[in-house]
Amino acid sequence: MTDRATAANLVVEIDGISTHFGDAVVHDNISLSVRRGEVFALVGGSGCGKSTLLREVILLQAPTSGSIRVLGQEVVGLSDEQALPLRRRWGVMFERGALFSSLTVTENVGMVLHEHTRFSPRMIDEISAVKIALTGLPADAGPKYPNELSGGMRKRAALARALALDPELLFLDEPTAGLDPLSASGIDDLVRSLRDALGLTIVMATHDLDLLWRAADRVAVLGEHHIVGVGTMTELSQLSHPIVHEYFYGPRGRAAREQAWKQK
Amino acid sequence: MTTVSSERCAIPYAMTSKSVAELTIDRTPEAGEDVVEARCSGTWTVSAIAGLEGRVDALPWPRTGKVVIDATGIGALDTSGAWLLHRTTRNLEAQGVSVRVDGLRPEFASYVQLIASRSVQPGGVAPRVRPGLLAVVGQKAWASVQNARSFLAFVGEAFTILLRSIAQPRRIRFRAILHNIQSAGFDALPITGLLSFLMGIVIAYQGADQLQRFGANVFVADLVGIAMLRELSPLMTAIIVAGRSGSAYAAQIGTMKVTEEIDALRTVGVGPQELLVLPKMLALIVVLPLLTVYTDITGILGGMLMARTQLGLSFDVFLERLDSAIVMSTYLTGISKAPIFAMIIALVGCHRGFEAEGSADSVGRQTTIAVVQSIFLVIVADALFSVIFNRLDL
Repeated sequence: MTDRATAANLVVEIDGISTHFGDAVVHDNISLSVRRGEVFALVGGSGCGKSTLLREVILLQAPTSGSIRVLGQEVVGLSDEQALPLRRRWGVMFERGALFSSLTVTENVGMVLHEHTRFSPRMIDEISAVKIALTGLPADAGPKYPNELSGGMRKRAALARALALDPELLFLDEPTAGLDPLSASGIDDLVRSLRDALGLTIVMATHDLDLLWRAADRVAVLGEHHIVGVGTMTELSQLSHPIVHEYFYGPRGRAAREQAWKQK
Repeated sequence: MTTVSSERCAIPYAMTSKSVAELTIDRTPEAGEDVVEARCSGTWTVSAIAGLEGRVDALPWPRTGKVVIDATGIGALDTSGAWLLHRTTRNLEAQGVSVRVDGLRPEFASYVQLIASRSVQPGGVAPRVRPGLLAVVGQKAWASVQNARSFLAFVGEAFTILLRSIAQPRRIRFRAILHNIQSAGFDALPITGLLSFLMGIVIAYQGADQLQRFGANVFVADLVGIAMLRELSPLMTAIIVAGRSGSAYAAQIGTMKVTEEIDALRTVGVGPQELLVLPKMLALIVVLPLLTVYTDITGILGGMLMARTQLGLSFDVFLERLDSAIVMSTYLTGISKAPIFAMIIALVGCHRGFEAEGSADSVGRQTTIAVVQSIFLVIVADALFSVIFNRLDL
């Protein structure tokens, strides 16, 4: 990583992160890096700390020790004010959408633009509509309130809000959790097409094996406070580490893998 | 590694200088020609096109003929910039001008294409119509009728369930009742006691001034005793409890409604009214009269203290006078109001909670309404009590 060109190509660099909650160790000296333009996935069983790691990268939580660099800037210990320019360059989609329930979908997207740009209200409405359309929502979803939408539509609306400021980096926390298989596979396609169309780098925490096979370029498996494997899905499925093996060769893992092979 | 250069390299297109987006008309047609040439330059990104957005429509675009936009100068483009470019060309085309965009880099052209393919028609979504004054008045009136009806239905349901519970005492949730007695009653002791004590002081203080002029110092005991026991102490306690517990009921049930916990209760065969409303109402019916007795005492203590410091009336004299001034009915009329107030507070608070739907916003609104409405109804009920007691010569 001494090479500057390589460093510039790394969008997220996690170096020696440890996280403790009291006596409980969540991460022990974890290092990872995400390259520009890839769809990177963090996987692991429930409670293995993948969401915590994601929250540390997006400055919602501080690790106990270690360093995290996002878009070339150290984020550990950054104040809210210092973080603002950085936050405008990434978008976050939360597990349950976290749409503002008192605003319509269009207002949810437009609110971000209102805060950070000087566009006219008309332009903001139009850009919001474009973003909503980009995520595959029908135009009549715009004036609806989040509680009038289905789960899958809510995720898409949350994604539209995450895309509001044209971020170069997108964080997705469990993008398919709680969705039916059809909506989930819609999200798989959406993730890939957004990356291809907008040149985004996407980092997601997930445990959806289908999403991993279909959308992820590289995957890191978290287990026992460490990274137990990093690589493409094909590489990982050949690893012999018990956690990785269990993950990929459990009944559901096998089914997802066979499905993925069939499609190839 | 925190060098500026690596920072800049982070976005490939940001390597070009961060110049503001520009769109200028280079050449207006001379006689015999009808081609207008325009030129784009700079950074067409969300952070740099805000200024251009306002100017672009004001440019002297032709009404007919042809426009050629030279986009070679666009150094960076994102979806917002692509939208602005697309919107400009689309507006011109809508007027019957033919537009050609030249020299757009292939990666940018695919952006514009993406936006064009997903583009929304202007005015595709009808804006929400604002209703007129008359309509608003009508809607509000109808909403309050609906409200009153749903409240009546709620009260009816609550009492049906109460009767059913009395028939089958096994269904009464004593643990929940005890918990509510603690949170609505015991935990409210300090605040109700303090406020009532201060109220006693205020009344004695104000009365002392008047009574002293007539040399009727000792009647301060009548004043404080009757005012506190009959009116102030039950009313004030009810108002404090409405603010403290009524709001909590509305917020708790409202949040449970929004997170579908109420629906979950129904699906597992537990009546939400039975579990959430009845224990609160029963607990408050027990606790509010008790709190009233307690605030009677602290209020009179406050008055007594003031009578001694201000009027030089000793505790003995005060209590002796109090004994002859207060008859049993004064005390009982005060206490008898408390259970009714309790029912109002519990039922209004819980009903408002059940009315919440959808959003955090709605929970907040219902909580506010719960407090305002229960205090309002408590005072209305108090006025009715005054009339009734007056008729009964109590």
